[in-house]
Amino acid sequence: MNVSVCIRRVPDTETRIRVGDDGVSIDTSGVKYIVSPYDEFALEAGLQVTEGLGAGEVTSVTVGDAGAAESLRNSLAMGAHRAVLLEGEVTMDGLATAKALAEELAEADAPLILLGVKAADDDQQQVGPMLATLLARPCATAVTRLEAGDGHVRCHREVEGGTEVVDLPLPCVVTITKGAYEPRYATLKGIMAARRKPLERRPAKLPAARLRVLELEPPAPRPPGRIVGEGVKAVPELVRLLREEAGAL
Amino acid sequence: MESGAGVVAAFVEQRDGSVRATAHEVVGAAAELARQIGGEAHGLAAGGPGFGAACASLGARGAEVIRVAEGAELAQYQSEGYARIVADMIAGGGYRAVLFPASALGADLAPRVAALLDVPLASDATGLEVVDGGLVVTRPVYGGKAFARVTFDASPAVVSLRPHVFPPGTHAAAGRVEAFTPAGGAPPAGRVVEFRAASGGSVDVAEAEIVVSGGRGMRGPENWGVIEDVRDALGPTAALGASRAVVDAGWRPHAEQVGQTGKTIAPKLYFALAISGAIQHLAGMRTARTIVAVNKDADAPIFNVADYGIVGDVFEVGPALAEEIRRLKSESGG
Ligand SMILES: Cc1cc2nc3c(=O)[nH]c(=O)nc-3n(C[C@H](O)[C@H](O)[C@H](O)COP(=O)(O)OP(=O)(O)OC[C@H]3O[C@@H](n4cnc5c(N)ncnc54)[C@H](O)[C@@H]3O)c2cc1C
Ligand SMILES: Nc1ncnc2c1ncn2[C@@H]1O[C@H](COP(=O)(O)O)[C@@H](O)[C@H]1O
Repeated sequence: MNVSVCIRRVPDTETRIRVGDDGVSIDTSGVKYIVSPYDEFALEAGLQVTEGLGAGEVTSVTVGDAGAAESLRNSLAMGAHRAVLLEGEVTMDGLATAKALAEELAEADAPLILLGVKAADDDQQQVGPMLATLLARPCATAVTRLEAGDGHVRCHREVEGGTEVVDLPLPCVVTITKGAYEPRYATLKGIMAARRKPLERRPAKLPAARLRVLELEPPAPRPPGRIVGEGVKAVPELVRLLREEAGAL
Repeated sequence: MESGAGVVAAFVEQRDGSVRATAHEVVGAAAELARQIGGEAHGLAAGGPGFGAACASLGARGAEVIRVAEGAELAQYQSEGYARIVADMIAGGGYRAVLFPASALGADLAPRVAALLDVPLASDATGLEVVDGGLVVTRPVYGGKAFARVTFDASPAVVSLRPHVFPPGTHAAAGRVEAFTPAGGAPPAGRVVEFRAASGGSVDVAEAEIVVSGGRGMRGPENWGVIEDVRDALGPTAALGASRAVVDAGWRPHAEQVGQTGKTIAPKLYFALAISGAIQHLAGMRTARTIVAVNKDADAPIFNVADYGIVGDVFEVGPALAEEIRRLKSESGG
């Protein structure tokens, strides 16, 4: 079974975020980029599915600018068989992104489409179920582990209050959260092999964004905290402050 | 009623036939928004037979009307079916804005509804305001390292709200329950084959009002009694959380992980016990109302975001904290 994995290039989670001069985007100078962490889990899940079945290819797909090719190369080095760069300007409008992905994936021979549950830059947590809706496919979100069966995939989901096991008929869309999958490192051999793997580029069919950023700002500083004291003797004062000052107890 | 321009809708989350606390917040926020634009708030609900009766209570939270689809097949949440019904309710309603909770259920439902309606979605909002007649949403991005103020070039505006950030509604409205009959035609769906409730009926970290988290400084899972003792002292609204270091070491389940690759939460009160406060941990908890840290290292970065800190050994401070909280609660009779 072929699997498509949607990945997004995002600033490293360690990176300091500064608002750019335009006031609506970040200052990208000196920013290091990575494949969004959940997307690495999704890629690992996809590779394990095809390896487990001993059949099928993994295609990584991204909507992004020319720089996003680097993330696709990373995915090829990890083991994806081919990659597709849909060139276009990514915005916070996840529906626009989902439409560009749907245009590409509607015709692709990939019964299973995997995404991260949430991208580490816009934190929208929406492209997966939107893509599924556009493709009229069933979808399971926040899946920690999946098993490919005959005509379906069995998904283990984290929900509030417990764990749910859902069988989704193929073709379907699944978003992956942290759980069973430990993303593999690219080996030197993998990095060399990635250079010879196909990486297609075409313009993304990306509609205009209808969610507009008016302003990007640093988080409001928290009121300065204080060290109540040292060791056990500070505990009564801490609890008093929590009740009387913070109203939290 | 046929809605005018100022009607704001709120999705009513339920579990096992009970209206969830998120609905009180979402209806409250819808009522507040409606007040600012001179309209009213409507609840949109789906549930098992008789669920409508439970929805009447949302009048006290500010809902003028609650539209309810009832049916045996709607008793439990089901992504595709719920999405279709809620989208149908919205499509004919003429709403200015539609609000969802950014809970696990809301995060599953809202994007599908937005896609069915062909309108964008702003997820996990921490602020809502009306500016020059338009809705402006504030939402954290880059793991909370920045906040974006966004607006919509489409209608209705669809927004999900971070739980615990918006106060439950307090201005009562009529609370009239209206039955909604869904159009037929089930979309393709998954089938739930098993549900395992979390052990001991404990509160989920994502929905708790108070969270007590432990980090690598706890040295091993055998010491978690210290963390549990503090949680137990705080009562039934408190949940356990953990740093990624602890989860990756296999000491705690990943359902408890707080942070960039775990849960994003905004409880009223957050305890970080023996957690250093790495940037990816802060991504998950920096919007908590009050943060308490206990760490033996006075320079631990967690103290930069903590409202109150104690520098000390968690194995001494933890038990003393549990005891003091119990003492205070028994003194005040609660
Ligand atoms: C892509 C990515 C995603 C990540 N996602 C997450 C995430 O979701 N959540 C998360 O938490 N982390 C995440 N991390 C990991 C993060 O960077 C840190 O490694 C992790 O948070 C550290 O956990 P910790 O604070 O428990 O451990 P440490 O950093 O080892 O801190 C332990 C602390 O305990 C203190 N301590 C030790 N003994 C005692 C004692 N007896 N009494 C009191 N204090 C004591 C120490 O002073 C220290 O500050 C992520 C990292 C990456 C790269
Ligand atoms: N530009 C993009 N290209 C490819 N996949 C994307 C893109 N943006 C988001 N995704 C996928 O959708 C998931 C959720 O993203 P989001 O809804 O933006 O939080 C990500 O983890 C990716 O798997």
